[in-house]
Amino acid sequence: MKKLINKPEEVVKEELQGIELAHPDLVKVFYDPDFIVRVDAPVKGKVGIISGGGSGHEPMHGGFVGKGMLDAACPGAVFTSPTPDQMLAATKAVDGGAGVLHIVKNYTGDVMNFEMAADLAKEEGLEVEAVVIDDDVAVKDSLYTAGRRGVGLTVLVEKICGAAAEEGRSLKEVADLARKVNSLGRTMGMALTSCTVPHAGKPTFDLPEDEMEIGIGIHGEPGRKRMKLQSADEVVEMLMDPIISDIPYKSGDEVLLFVNGMGGTPLIELYVLYRKAVEVAEKHGIKVVRNLIGPYITSLEMAGTSITMLKMDADLIKLWDAPVLTAGMRKGI
Amino acid sequence: MVITRDDVIDWIKVYAQLLVEKKDYLTDLDSAIGDADHGANMNRGFQAVLSKLPGMEDQDIGTIFKTVGMTLLSTVGGAGGPLYGSLFIQAGKAVSGKMELTLADWADALEAATTGVVSRGKAVLEDKTMVDALTPAVEALKESVSKGLSLSEGLKNSAKAAEEGMIATIPLVARKGRASYLGERSAGHQDPGATSSFYLVNTAFKTWTNSHK
Repeated sequence: MKKLINKPEEVVKEELQGIELAHPDLVKVFYDPDFIVRVDAPVKGKVGIISGGGSGHEPMHGGFVGKGMLDAACPGAVFTSPTPDQMLAATKAVDGGAGVLHIVKNYTGDVMNFEMAADLAKEEGLEVEAVVIDDDVAVKDSLYTAGRRGVGLTVLVEKICGAAAEEGRSLKEVADLARKVNSLGRTMGMALTSCTVPHAGKPTFDLPEDEMEIGIGIHGEPGRKRMKLQSADEVVEMLMDPIISDIPYKSGDEVLLFVNGMGGTPLIELYVLYRKAVEVAEKHGIKVVRNLIGPYITSLEMAGTSITMLKMDADLIKLWDAPVLTAGMRKGI
Repeated sequence: MVITRDDVIDWIKVYAQLLVEKKDYLTDLDSAIGDADHGANMNRGFQAVLSKLPGMEDQDIGTIFKTVGMTLLSTVGGAGGPLYGSLFIQAGKAVSGKMELTLADWADALEAATTGVVSRGKAVLEDKTMVDALTPAVEALKESVSKGLSLSEGLKNSAKAAEEGMIATIPLVARKGRASYLGERSAGHQDPGATSSFYLVNTAFKTWTNSHK
């Protein structure tokens, strides 16, 4: 293992200390239990929005705390769900009297810990709603699996719901909006390399030099199919086809196209992929009206990408364009 | 013969020590079908439990179990936190106020614990989870109680049943948790949660049998 860390068990704590030093204008950091809140929390009368999950996906979620996006983020150990005490403390810290929305990615651990936190918060008289994001088309949604994983769409849900809460919409409206975005967006990812969890010390899986893994998750879980490495254009087609045919997206649809880097893939390659993804969308008569390109939901140093499509309407476009000021995403300010 | 409060504390200490030794092995099992964190998470949780044990030594067994559960809930993370947290919290409720346990009490505690795991994780037998080790262990304990077997025989039977349940997860296709995303590819690997649950039951057998020799 070759990493710029001190001790594996100190990585998350030291990252939080760095964030605290770097962004005192945006966030406050609390320790034991660990969570990050926007500097002006709680915002009176505004719905609070919390997300959280294992660390190692930076900038998600801590980098999305700030005006126009999340009110708080709860970081777990690397690739490990945070715990209910963190989520409960964060929920209390951001409750401005209008209730709190938990945005949860569909992983067994995340869902169970957030459920326990919501139960504890409700016992204390707080108003909490939870929405589970499950956008990964690589996974079969059936009774025989834990359901589709929450991946790239999570970033878009956090941005759009953050804008809606900032506008003063109610908890029910913001939660319904999150469910709507979840129903309109789909993602598929792939990896060129594995990644190494610091406390594991070796790659999570082996991927030979000339092979790639299609349908990868964001925790170094192996995907569903391994094959010989293909060109960028062929990879885009392999990711876009199952996305487009899933909802399905239709000719005339307007979409946001999000080409995400998994952590080890440079922007030069993401733009190569974006160029082809737009071409594939247009071939289907789908119009790309907004985009996001870059490493926003990563898997440590994994090389690879995920592509997300979200069907847009006038309200979603307005919310997407609204100002946001966070360490990981800023526009309109 | 009964299980004393000191026996219970010894069991927790021995299990925590075993996790130190088996941390990498559990993580290896988890790398194959999950996300390579089960060993590290369990070890972190039980190290936190160890640091709280001195404050628990004059409590009843129910309170000790509940404190262990609450500690795991806030330190393990992942799915293991709520599941092992629920396991100990529910076991604690079942033996609330007790200063020693008969084999029947232990059967009640492990049954409540397993019910807690099932209701939190919603897994059934053969989903390739810790339930596959725990449920046979509970059944073996209850059968041993109804047959009037000794404490050590009952514990031995439960450990054997848990081990068989753990080994039986190898050919299964996972239907819960992160391993379920692999579909058929999850077959051929032993479930890490069933493994850590077998260790729990087996450590109880070994620790409590030794202390009553």
